[in-house]
Amino acid sequence: MHLILFLIFAAFCLAGAANLLLQSHPINSALSLIVVMTSLAVLYLLLGAEFLAAAQIIVYAGAIMVLFVFVVMLLNAGREDRTRGSRAARAVGLPAVVAILAVLATIILRAQGLGGVALSQGITTTEELSRVLFSELLLPFEVTSVLILIAILGAVALARNDGERPAAK
Amino acid sequence: MNFSSLLQQEVPVAWYLLLSAILFSLGVVGFLIKRNLITVFMSIELMLNAVNLSFVTFAHQWLHCDPLLSQACMLAQPHAVRGQIFVFFVMVVAAAEAAVGLAIIIAVFRTRATLAVDRIDLMKL
Repeated sequence: MHLILFLIFAAFCLAGAANLLLQSHPINSALSLIVVMTSLAVLYLLLGAEFLAAAQIIVYAGAIMVLFVFVVMLLNAGREDRTRGSRAARAVGLPAVVAILAVLATIILRAQGLGGVALSQGITTTEELSRVLFSELLLPFEVTSVLILIAILGAVALARNDGERPAAK
Repeated sequence: MNFSSLLQQEVPVAWYLLLSAILFSLGVVGFLIKRNLITVFMSIELMLNAVNLSFVTFAHQWLHCDPLLSQACMLAQPHAVRGQIFVFFVMVVAAAEAAVGLAIIIAVFRTRATLAVDRIDLMKL
């Protein structure tokens, strides 16, 4: 059961990620990214992280992607023009990515004693998670609220329309 | 294979890590080949998600090691929860980053009227 679910949603993840690269219209890329994030939420649930699965759907697939789709529509972003781009990025970057992936895959596949994941192993409940988060890690949690506040102020300051201000002086 | 054995079938942890590595590489490839500012930003989000998957996998690894093999394993229980809390913080930072990043994209679009990364090569006009 776990194997079947894993294979299905891992395939969804990879298909979504590949589709993100192949689509030329940003809105299609955004929708494939939503597929990836939702499938990842199912994988989190298979790994026993129920709170993160919910947060993944609400925060990532919900809030962040709505923001993305909203910006794509607001800016009326059309089909991207297929330029060649940087030659260095293709000549050096893509082989480097393949090399990194090969190294990572080799390390992961050669690691011993990683064990397996089964559905019967139970889940980390939200209660356990919040018990640690709100006792030992309360200070970092509070600091993130300051971070969010600064991010809101920054976003408003950056995206504010200054009316008749000339674009370039 | 009957149903109950199908239910008990385990997935190797390495497969999750491999999936995470592949997703991360796809994110890097997208970052390199996409020519649209918003899609480049989406590739970064994909990379963040891939890393989150490996965090959750390793948290699971801490939680479910065989207690007969090591006593330290059971003492490590809070670590598993902390691995998941790390993902929670990554999500918070990613949300803040998305808000600021998209605001920057809007500001860039307002001054240049383009989203093609080839034509955005100046910090200031």
